[in-house]
Amino acid sequence: MRLESNGLTAGYGRQQVLRGISLTVAPGEVLAILGANGSGKSTLLRAAAGQLPYQGTLRWSGPASAIGYLPQDNAARVALTAFEVVLLGRLRSLTLRVAASDIEAAEGAMAELGITSLGPRHLGELSGGQRQLVFLAQVLASSPRALLLDEPTSALDIAHQLQVLSLLSAATARRGLTTIAVLHDLNAAARFAGRLALLHEGRVLAIGAPDQVLTPGLLRTAYGVEAAILPGPDGQPIVLPLRATAGHVGGL
Amino acid sequence: MSAAHWRGGNRRRTVVTAAALLALLASFAADLATGPALLPLADVLAVLGGVSEDRMLNAIVLQLRLPIAVMAALVGAALGLSGAVMQTILNNPLASSYTLGISAAAGFGAALAILAGAALPVPEKYAIPVAAFVFAGLACAMVAGVGRMRGATPELLVLTGIACLFLFQSLLSLLQFLASPEALQQIVFWLFGSLMRASLGKAALVAAVLAAMLPLLMRDAWRLTALRLGDERAAALGVRVGSLRLRCFAAVSLLTGVAVAFVGTIGFVGLVAPHIARMLVGEDQRHLLPASAVFGALLLSVASVASKVILPGTVFPIGIITALVGVPFFAWLVLAAGPRTGWR
Repeated sequence: MRLESNGLTAGYGRQQVLRGISLTVAPGEVLAILGANGSGKSTLLRAAAGQLPYQGTLRWSGPASAIGYLPQDNAARVALTAFEVVLLGRLRSLTLRVAASDIEAAEGAMAELGITSLGPRHLGELSGGQRQLVFLAQVLASSPRALLLDEPTSALDIAHQLQVLSLLSAATARRGLTTIAVLHDLNAAARFAGRLALLHEGRVLAIGAPDQVLTPGLLRTAYGVEAAILPGPDGQPIVLPLRATAGHVGGL
Repeated sequence: MSAAHWRGGNRRRTVVTAAALLALLASFAADLATGPALLPLADVLAVLGGVSEDRMLNAIVLQLRLPIAVMAALVGAALGLSGAVMQTILNNPLASSYTLGISAAAGFGAALAILAGAALPVPEKYAIPVAAFVFAGLACAMVAGVGRMRGATPELLVLTGIACLFLFQSLLSLLQFLASPEALQQIVFWLFGSLMRASLGKAALVAAVLAAMLPLLMRDAWRLTALRLGDERAAALGVRVGSLRLRCFAAVSLLTGVAVAFVGTIGFVGLVAPHIARMLVGEDQRHLLPASAVFGALLLSVASVASKVILPGTVFPIGIITALVGVPFFAWLVLAAGPRTGWR
């Protein structure tokens, strides 16, 4: 399912956050959205998920129901088990008597992420990372054709980060998904995404292959940090932040 | 493993609700048997089965006690169900018709009808419930109207409900201040909440609203369950949050309106019954909604029995009983059982 946006503008009330975003994402591709806090990453995903009014063009080559959107906040504390939360991913087809195919899809998504054993536990009893995996399984259970993931690995340890990003990357290629993920870990983004889009003040500062986007100059502009770019063992660049530019962090 | 455990949990929840239903039947029978004359259960069953030839006994059970017992169960069910729906759509454990001013609005409507009295074109016994129903609906409409505003959050809706509570309580106080001593007595008695005004005709109306609303709400059970994960996540799963809230408000308005119109202000049932149900059957609304209705019915039915046995020979207004029993129970619930309810 292909996404095309042209001159996309969106915000909250009078506050304009996105200021003319144009990009295209093709099926089978992982695009990582990078940028400093407040640069418009989550707003871009919300608009793409149809959760926010916008101006400009935003076109999916498929139905909105095929979009799997994982918002950032995983802090829900409800008396539901992890399995029930994952099952809700099948909401569009759930009836009072739950069909076997919906149960199988929920079980399959949990097995794919290795969290079957969490099924009977209540959401409130789980750690932040476990909850993040449960909500990711919920999105996968919906059998989406496009994935919009807002910081899907922010609460995960490095082993789970690797596992989840590898799985998403492989699933995207295998099922021809269109995956857009907001990531804060630049090195993980370089390793698992085919292209990176670097946002700055609601605009696309740069978009392209990791070595085109992760440059000292662009990182200085987007994040206000001096960084060294080193060659990684797999050919992808490794970003080593050195120091913050004076005044940038205080501007948050 | 997950699915097998979940299926087992579903069976357990069904058993819990069925057990509560059996307890309700027992309480219902006790409600019919208790009163100024304590009747043997066998005699009550004989009357219900149509095999009693004792005309006095038939009159006591069928004309005096049956409407009260049926009304207690039905109003309790309506309040329990509407409380569960409100707590879910407002994402707030304190939401109920009482705390959001819907009961206060009904009370104001009833007081207005009592004061207008003879000036009204319809008899008072019809005007009071109609006015109570209309004002309960008005309070719901005010909260729902704010919900239609762009960017309205559940917190804003709760605040609007609390504003409604203060508004209608103040207006009610004003009417009480202006009322004659006779009208004031009538208003205060209405506000106590009482099942003594029950009739089988009124009970049939409550039953009809309940029978219409429960299936409609059950159709939204999965969407309501998804809403417990928050507005944004529910919307991401495909729920049209605004229209879901609006339809649920309409259902709540009917359920609460018809309940308080006939029996007056009854607190705590709508607040506590969903909490008990949630502790026992969880948040899956396919189980929570019917369980809340059954526990609401059970609570009010037990309160109805208690109102007759606390002081033999006197029937306490049921609104007093539910609050007296409800306050300590609610305190225990919040302090001891909070974590299992998922609200903290």
